[in-house]
Amino acid sequence: MSAATTAPADRRATTSRRRPRSEGGLALRYLAPGMTGFVVFIVVPLLASLTISFFDWPLFGVGDFLGLENYREMLTDDPVFWRVLGNTVLFTVAFTALNLVLATALAVWLQRLGSWAPFFRILFFVPVVVPMVANALVWRLMLDDGGVVNSALGLVGIDGPSWLGEPALAMVSLVAMSIWQGIGYNIVVLSAGLNNISPIVLEAATVDGAIGWTRFARIVFPLLSPAIFFCTIMTVIGAFKVFTQPYMLTGGGPGDATNTLVLYLYNQGFSFHDLGYASALAWVLFVFVMLVTALQFAGQKRWVSYDS
Amino acid sequence: MTAESAPARRRTGPGLVSRVGIVVVGIGFVFPFLWMFATSLKPSLEVLSSGGSLLGSRVEWSNYSAVWTATPFARILLNSFLVAAGGALLAVTVSLLSAYAFARLRFRYRDRLFLVFLGTLVLPQEILVIPLYIMASRAEMVNTYAALILPFAFGAFGAFMLRQFLLTLPRDYEEAARIDGAGQLRILLHVIAPLLRAPLAIVGAFLFIEYWNSFLWPLIIIYDQEMATLPLGLQMFSGERGTDWGPLMAAATLAVIPSLLIVVAMQKQLAHGVNLGGFGGR
Repeated sequence: MSAATTAPADRRATTSRRRPRSEGGLALRYLAPGMTGFVVFIVVPLLASLTISFFDWPLFGVGDFLGLENYREMLTDDPVFWRVLGNTVLFTVAFTALNLVLATALAVWLQRLGSWAPFFRILFFVPVVVPMVANALVWRLMLDDGGVVNSALGLVGIDGPSWLGEPALAMVSLVAMSIWQGIGYNIVVLSAGLNNISPIVLEAATVDGAIGWTRFARIVFPLLSPAIFFCTIMTVIGAFKVFTQPYMLTGGGPGDATNTLVLYLYNQGFSFHDLGYASALAWVLFVFVMLVTALQFAGQKRWVSYDS
Repeated sequence: MTAESAPARRRTGPGLVSRVGIVVVGIGFVFPFLWMFATSLKPSLEVLSSGGSLLGSRVEWSNYSAVWTATPFARILLNSFLVAAGGALLAVTVSLLSAYAFARLRFRYRDRLFLVFLGTLVLPQEILVIPLYIMASRAEMVNTYAALILPFAFGAFGAFMLRQFLLTLPRDYEEAARIDGAGQLRILLHVIAPLLRAPLAIVGAFLFIEYWNSFLWPLIIIYDQEMATLPLGLQMFSGERGTDWGPLMAAATLAVIPSLLIVVAMQKQLAHGVNLGGFGGR
């Protein structure tokens, strides 16, 4: 890297007066590893995925060109696709809304606990780091018809339902398990946001009579809104690509009650060996996620305040 | 919630109700792990018949030896660590180089290139698995560490976070080093990297967790138990054992322990929250 060491010693001093000198060559060297990987492992697969979606592409070898047939079949001939899309949207809305409300509430609660807060922040983070497969397995056991949840309900005289066997309850279970698994991430990010709020601002608000809910709604929430926005974007994307939880907890069932887009994509690709159709599903997911994210960025002006 | 009581309560610190409440919530929250461990020590026949009882009629340690003999567990653990540590290290290194170029160097199309790159922050990598699988099988890299690591080492997350931190870092130190005759790479390694120690650790930790928990991609690309990572090894074991819950929960418990160590290692960062910067101040 001898070339890198020949950079002028006092760039800042000269460039502030003269025309800025381009550091293109140097930048190229620094960006080479990152951008090569970016092109090879992200850009190329993204375009390849689009190409494959126009083919009948088996797991081995190359199949026939189909044009838009995969998309036509998906949109007009495949009731499972609409079911799966509906499930994914339902899961995303329920998971994101509950996750953020609960994470914000817990982060604010912990903030007020003072010296107890660090311990509980760490505690809530544990399921984030434990492999999802392990988490899903123990939930499957607890929610079994004869599992501990129903045993506990039996103690208070309730005949527990089949948590994973009834379509609506299976979705409820999926959302509950996923929130338990993922909420620590948002709590930790929102806690940092809360810690960044100046105590002087809060003190001033209290003196002005803003307490309780008013204080949260008028002072804390606006100051926290950039962190909440960040968490919302990331949580929505995480929800759209949910796979491990339904794969391990319910297998997508009963029927297709908890089948999601990525689970359907995986099964089409690697159980039914139809990589073309799986790629078409991937592109639908891609367009969907991009649209929803763009909408959220467009809508952020209404509620996110960056000036502080 | 009357207007009079709230300030008074605030001055005396958190109330008793608040403390008891959070302890109850906390116990409820860790209950699945307690249940996992309790079940791992029960005789299999009693798992679903013991009702809400934490203890079985005897302590069945053989559930653990069943895991140990049925799976190459030590190897699986090693695979997971190698892939997560190797992947995180590679991704952090590449990200630091990119972040430095985007934050400190002047070149044409810099901001436009950064925006395109940043756009992939919200790209679900799940949608790339089909072409990545085809690429890996053409390159005969199925069932290798490289296939587990490389495809996910070049995301925008690390570069984006490190660039945000770099932009808040005053240039004075770099200027001083430059006047002393240090080259760009030396400045990056000996001046900037030490100043970015905390953000580098956070970014590295989050990338580590992402590799550690990755499931869909290993499920696709690894077919051999000897090459499995922890989540995949657990899934393979559960496929073999069906509903033999004793050994299954023993395996799950064994998977939780190293994860607890990661949390302990990260505790200083987690304790006061992790500042991921958000999307502001671009």
